Amino acid sequence: MLNVGLNHFLVISAVLFSFGIFGIVTRKNAVMVLMGVELMLNSANINFVAFAKFGAFGNQGQLIALFVVVLAAAEAAIALAIVLNIYKTFNSINVDEIDSLKE
Amino acid sequence: MNEITLTNLSIVILFLPLIGFFFTLLFGKRIKKMYAFEILVICSVFALTVVLAFFKLTQFVNARIISEFTWIDIKNSAILPNISIDLGIMLDNLTVLLMFVVALVSMLVHIFSLVYMKGDKRFNRYYAYLGLFTFSMNGIVFTHNILMMYIFWELVGVSSYLLIGFWYEKKSASDASKKAFLVTRVGDVGMFAGILLLFVTYHTFTFDKIFAQISAGVLPFNSGFWLTITGLLIFCGAVGKSAQFPLHVWLPDAMEGPTPVSALIHAATMVAAGVYLVARVFAMLTADALLVIAIIGAISAFIPATIALTQKDIKKVLAYSTISQLGYMIMAMGVGAFSYAFFHLITHAFFKACLFLGSGSVILGMHHEQDITKMGGLRKKMPLTYATFLIATLAISGVPLTSGFLSKDGILAGTLAFSKLTGYWVFPVVGYFVAALTAFYMFRLVIITFHGEPNDKEKFEHVHESPYSMVIPLVVLSTLSIFIWYTPNPISADAGWFLPKWVHTPATIVPNFARFDFMKSFAKPGEIKKEDNTKAIVSVVNNDIIPTRTTIITEQPAQEGQEEIIHSESYTETFHSYHYPAILLSILVGGFGILMAFVIYHWKKISADKLANALKPLYNFSYHKWYFDELYDYTFIWLTMFLSKILYWFDANIVDGIVNGSAVVVRFASRFSAKFDSIVVDGFVNLLAYISGFIGIFFRKLQTGKVQTYVIYVVFSLVILLFLFKSF
Amino acid sequence: MENFPILSFITFLPILGMILILFVPKKQEILIKWLTLLVTGVQLVTAGFIWRYYNYALGGINNLNTFQFIERFRWIDISGLTWLGNVKVDYLLGIDGLSAPMVFLTALITFIATLSSWNISKSIKGYFALFLLLDTGMFGVFVSLDFFLFYIFWELMLLPMYFLIGIWGGVRREYAAIKFFIYTLFGSVFMLLVMIGLYFSTTETLANGSKIFTFNIIAMMDPKNFTATGILSPFNPNNLRLVAFIALFVGFAIKIPMFPFHTWLPDAHVEAPTAISVILAGVLLKMGTYGILRISYPVFPEITHQLAWYIALFGMINIIYGALCAMAQKDYKKIIAYSSVSHMGYVLLGMSALNSAGFSGAILQMFNHGTITAMLFLGVGVIYDRAHTRGVDDFGGIANQMPIYTGFTTLAFFAAIGLPGLSGFVSESFVFLGSFSVPSIRVISIVSTLGILLGAGYMLWTFQRIYLGELKEKWNKLPDLSFREYAMLVPLALVIVALGIYPSAMLNLMNSSVNALTDFMNNAQKLYSLVGKY
Repeated sequence: MLNVGLNHFLVISAVLFSFGIFGIVTRKNAVMVLMGVELMLNSANINFVAFAKFGAFGNQGQLIALFVVVLAAAEAAIALAIVLNIYKTFNSINVDEIDSLKE
Repeated sequence: MNEITLTNLSIVILFLPLIGFFFTLLFGKRIKKMYAFEILVICSVFALTVVLAFFKLTQFVNARIISEFTWIDIKNSAILPNISIDLGIMLDNLTVLLMFVVALVSMLVHIFSLVYMKGDKRFNRYYAYLGLFTFSMNGIVFTHNILMMYIFWELVGVSSYLLIGFWYEKKSASDASKKAFLVTRVGDVGMFAGILLLFVTYHTFTFDKIFAQISAGVLPFNSGFWLTITGLLIFCGAVGKSAQFPLHVWLPDAMEGPTPVSALIHAATMVAAGVYLVARVFAMLTADALLVIAIIGAISAFIPATIALTQKDIKKVLAYSTISQLGYMIMAMGVGAFSYAFFHLITHAFFKACLFLGSGSVILGMHHEQDITKMGGLRKKMPLTYATFLIATLAISGVPLTSGFLSKDGILAGTLAFSKLTGYWVFPVVGYFVAALTAFYMFRLVIITFHGEPNDKEKFEHVHESPYSMVIPLVVLSTLSIFIWYTPNPISADAGWFLPKWVHTPATIVPNFARFDFMKSFAKPGEIKKEDNTKAIVSVVNNDIIPTRTTIITEQPAQEGQEEIIHSESYTETFHSYHYPAILLSILVGGFGILMAFVIYHWKKISADKLANALKPLYNFSYHKWYFDELYDYTFIWLTMFLSKILYWFDANIVDGIVNGSAVVVRFASRFSAKFDSIVVDGFVNLLAYISGFIGIFFRKLQTGKVQTYVIYVVFSLVILLFLFKSF
Repeated sequence: MENFPILSFITFLPILGMILILFVPKKQEILIKWLTLLVTGVQLVTAGFIWRYYNYALGGINNLNTFQFIERFRWIDISGLTWLGNVKVDYLLGIDGLSAPMVFLTALITFIATLSSWNISKSIKGYFALFLLLDTGMFGVFVSLDFFLFYIFWELMLLPMYFLIGIWGGVRREYAAIKFFIYTLFGSVFMLLVMIGLYFSTTETLANGSKIFTFNIIAMMDPKNFTATGILSPFNPNNLRLVAFIALFVGFAIKIPMFPFHTWLPDAHVEAPTAISVILAGVLLKMGTYGILRISYPVFPEITHQLAWYIALFGMINIIYGALCAMAQKDYKKIIAYSSVSHMGYVLLGMSALNSAGFSGAILQMFNHGTITAMLFLGVGVIYDRAHTRGVDDFGGIANQMPIYTGFTTLAFFAAIGLPGLSGFVSESFVFLGSFSVPSIRVISIVSTLGILLGAGYMLWTFQRIYLGELKEKWNKLPDLSFREYAMLVPLALVIVALGIYPSAMLNLMNSSVNALTDFMNNAQKLYSLVGKY
C-alpha cells in the first residue's frame, strides 16, 4: 500500500497551483481567470491542511484553510459582481480588452 | 588821530573800492550813470589816502602799525602744532607811499577814462573792473603776510585778465588776456612753492614772524642754500608779475587792453608789485639770491630796451620800456640800492602813467591809430599832450631836474658801488648802456610822433587836442615828474625828505655766511650790532571798532648826524663816493642817446632805413622781439598741447581700450561659454535624457496593460528569486 | 529734538516721497516735480537743523561715543540657526566731522539738481521716483556706520543711476550707463570680499559677555576686536591685510575716479542729463574718497602708512593727467569731466599727507569740488538747453548774448582755477600745505603744483572759446538766465564765495574729526606694533 506522505500533498498542491496560474495567464475570459484564482487558493488550502497534519503546528492549518474558504467565497462573490459590472460597461469580459487604465 | 584810527581808516580805504565794484557790477545794467558811484568811491579813497599818508608820514613816521585777525585756526591735538593763519594789514612808510601812488594814478585813470572809454557798451563794467583792481592792488600794498599777498596777487591777476580782455570780441585781446594770466601764473606757482617752504619751516605767513625766526637762525632744512631757494621762489612771483625775463612776454601783448588800463595796471601799479614784493622780503634774501635777482633784472633791463628801438606801435614801445625800467628796479634791488629802487618805482609810476595816458590821448586824437609811422607833427595839434609827454620822456631818459634823473642816478651809483665791492662790473655797464638806449628810443618815439611833418595827412586833419578831463591827469602826472616834490636839491635825493626820512633799507637778517662779504657783520656775541640801533618799541593797543589785534612797532629814528645804515657801512660809503661820478656819466650817456635820436630822426643826418638795412639781422632780431614768442610757442606751448593730445589719445585708446577690451574679452568668453554650454553641458544632459529615453523605449514594451503578462512577470520573477535565495 | 531720528528721517524721506509719487497719476507732472522739490527742500532744512545742533567739539572717527545723532538698533538677528552661527547686524547711523560736510553737500546738491531737472520731458514720474531713490542711497552712504548697511546703500545708488543715465541720457546713453554700472559693480565686488573678510575677523562683545562677529566699522578700527585667526586680523601672521587694503582701495578708487579707473566718468558725464551730471560730480565722486577716509584709512592704518606714497603718486597723476586730457577735449562737458578727474587728484594728494592740514584740505576740497563742479555742469546745462550742442568750437561770444550767465560761469571757472577769495583756493592751499609738510611726498607735491598752471590753462582756453570773441550769428537769439536758473546758480555762487572768504565755517566743523583722524593715524603705528606684526 502506498504510504501517502507530505510530499504527495505538496506535489498535488503545486500542480493545482500551476493549473491556476496557467488558467490566469492563458484564459481571456474573466470568469475563467477567477476560476484560476480559486484553484490557486485551494492549492494553498491543501498546503495548509497538509502541513497541519504532518507538521508541528497543531490544527491551526485547518483553521486558516476554513478561513480561506470563507474568504474565497466572499472574493468570488465580489469578483463576479465586478465582472458583471465590467460586462455592463465594456460589453465583454475579455480581460485583454479591459485596458482603459492604460493609455 | 591815533594808531587805531589810522588802521581803521586804511581798512575803509581797502574795502571801499570793493564795494564800488560790487554795486557798479550789480546795478551797472540798470542804472546808466552807475560809473559815477565808482568815481565817487575812488575820489574818496584818494582823499582818505591823502589824510592817512599825511598823518602816517608826520606823526608816525617811524612806526609800523600792524593790525591782524585770525582767519583760519585749526586747533590741533597734542601731537601736532596748531595751524593758525592770520590776515592783517601793516602800515609802514612803503605802504602809505605806494598806496598814495595807487590811489592817485587810479583816480586819474578813472577821470581820464571818462572820455577815452566814452560810448563803450560796457562802460559801467569797465569802471567796476577798475574798482576790483584798485581793491586788489591795495590789498597787496597793505598786507602784513605773504599768504594775503598771494591772495591779492592772484586777484590783481584776475582784474588784469578782465581788463586786458575787456574788448574780448577781438581774438587778439582775449588771447592776450589769457596769455597774461597764464604767464604770470607760471611765476605764481613758483611763489606758491616758496610760500609753502616758508610755512613748512616757520609755521606762519606773517613777514615779521618769519623774519624774527630767520634772524634767530632758523633756516629751511637748516641750510643757507634753501634760504636762497626760498627767496628765489618767492622772487618768481615778482618775475611773473613784473614781467621780468624770461616771463616778460605777456606785457607787450597786454597792450590790447584799453590804454588807461595799460597806464594804471601795466605801467604804474600792478607790474610794480613785483618790485614791492622783493622790497618786502628784501631782508631775507641771501647774497646768492640777490645776485640772481640782479642778473635777472639786468637781462630784463637790456633785452626789452633793444626791442623798443625798432617797434612801431606806440604802446608796444612804452610796454617794452616799462619792462626795461622794471628790470632796472629789480636790478637795483639785487645790488642793494633798496631805497633807490623803491624811489624809482614811485617816480616811474608817475612818468610812465603820464606817458601811457599821453599815448592814449594821441591814440584817441588819431582815431585809434597806434602806428607811430602814421603820426608825426602832432606837436602843433596837441600842444598840451606834447608838453606833458615830453616832460615824462625827459624824466624817463634821466635828464636833470626831473624825478627820473634822481632815482636813476641812485640806481646807477648803487650798481657802481656794488661792482666796486664785489667785482661784478657787468651791472653798471648794462645800467649805463640801457640808460643810453632808453634816452634814444624814447626820443625816437617823441620825434616821430610829435615832430616833423605829418605822415598821414588825412588823419592829421582830424586830429584835435583832447578834452580837459584827459589833459588834467596828464598835467598832474607830468608835474609829479619834476624833482621838487621829492627833494629841494635837484642833483641829490638824499638831501630831501623822501629817502632819508621815509624809506629805510631794511637791515639784512640772513646768517653771516650767506651774506656778501661787505655785508658781514663781525660783531662778537654780546656786543651790540650796528643794525641794532633801530631797536624797536612794541606796544599793543585795543581796537574797539574793528575786532583786530593791533600792534605798533616804533623804530627809534637815526640820531642827528648819524649815517643811515643801508646795508653795511662799506656799501654806504662806496655808494656816496660814487654819487657824483654816477651823475656825470649818466648825463653824458643820456645826452648821447638823445643826441643820436635827434641826429637820426629829427635832423635825419643818418637815414634810419639805411641803418636798419645795414644791420638787417640785428634789426630783424629786435623787431621780432628776439623771437621769444616763437620760441615759447614752439617749446612750452607746443609741448603741452602735444602732451595733452598724446595723453588723451592714450586715455581714449589705451586706458579706455583696456576697459572696452576687457568687455570684448568677456563677451568673447561668454560666447565661448555659451557654445560650451549648449554643446558640452547641455549635450551631457541631453545624452542622459536620450539614454533614459532609450531605456524607456525598451521597458515600455514590457508594460502591455495586460494582467496576464504581468502575472507571468511575477511568476518568473518569483522563480528567479527562488533560485537566487534557494540556499536557505 | 533730542530723540528724533533725524538721520533716518533725512535718509528715508525720499523713499517716502518716491512712494507718494508712485501713487500720483502720470499726468500730474507739475505735482510730481513740486513734490520732489518739497522733499529735497525739507532735506535741506533738515541739514540746516543738523548743522544747528551739531557739536563742534566731538571728533568721531574711531570712537562711537563721540559720534552725533546716533541711531542704533539690532536690524538682522539670526541666532536660532546653529549651522549659520550667530549673525547680528546693527542699523547704526551717526555722523562726525567727516560725514557732516558731505551730508550738507548732498542736501544742497540734490535740491539744486531737482531744480535743474525741471525741464525733463520723458516719463517724468519714473525719473523723479528714481531720483528720490538715488537720493536715499546717497544719504545712506554718508550716515551709515555699519559696513553691511553702508554696502547696501552703496549698491542701492547704482540701480537708479543706471536707469537715469540709460533712459534719460544722450545719444550713447546705453553704452555709458552699462559702463558706469559694470565698472562700479566691479569695484563693489572687491568691497564685498573685504567686507566679508573683515566680518570674519572682527568680533564684538555682547552684553552677556559672549563674542560675535560684527560689521561695525568702528569696531574694526580697534585691534583689540580682531580675532586671533581671522584672515584680515593683524594677529594672524599670514594675514592678507595688504591685499585687502588694495582691493578695498580699488573699489573706492573707481568711484573717485582715480587713474587708471577713470574712463567711465567722461562717458557717463557726457551722456547723463544735466541734473544727473551734477549729482554724479557733486556727490557720487565724493563717496570714493569718503569711503577711503571712513573705512580704508582707519581700518588699515598700518597699511595706509605703508602705501601713502603711492596714493600721493596717483593723486599727482590724476591732477596732471586729468588737466592735460581736459586740454585736448572739444566737448564742453568732457572738459569739465576731466577737470573733475584733476580736482579729485587734489583730494587724494591731501589725504595721502596723513596730517591735519592735508585731511582738512582733502575734505574741504571734496565739499568745494562738489559745489564748483556742480556749478560748472549747470553752466553746461544752461547753454546746452538753449543751443543743443556742447562743442566748444561751435560757440563764441556768448558773453555778449548772455552776460549774467557768463558772469556766473566766470565765477565758477575762476573758482575751479583756484582763485583766492573763492572756495577752491583754500582747499587747494591746504592740500599743498599738508602734502608739502611730509618729506617723503614733498617732490610729488611740488610737481602737482603744475596742476594749478595747467588748470588755469585749459579753463581759460575753454572760457575764451565759448564766451569770448565775436558772437556767432546763430546764437543771437539765446535768452539769458531764467528765474529757475537763477535759483540754482545763486546758492552755489554764494556758498563758493562765502567759503572762499570765511573757510573757517567749514574748517571748524570738521576740525575735531580731522584731529581725531590724524591722531588715530599717527598712533596707529604704535597701536599695531603692540599687536606684534608690522
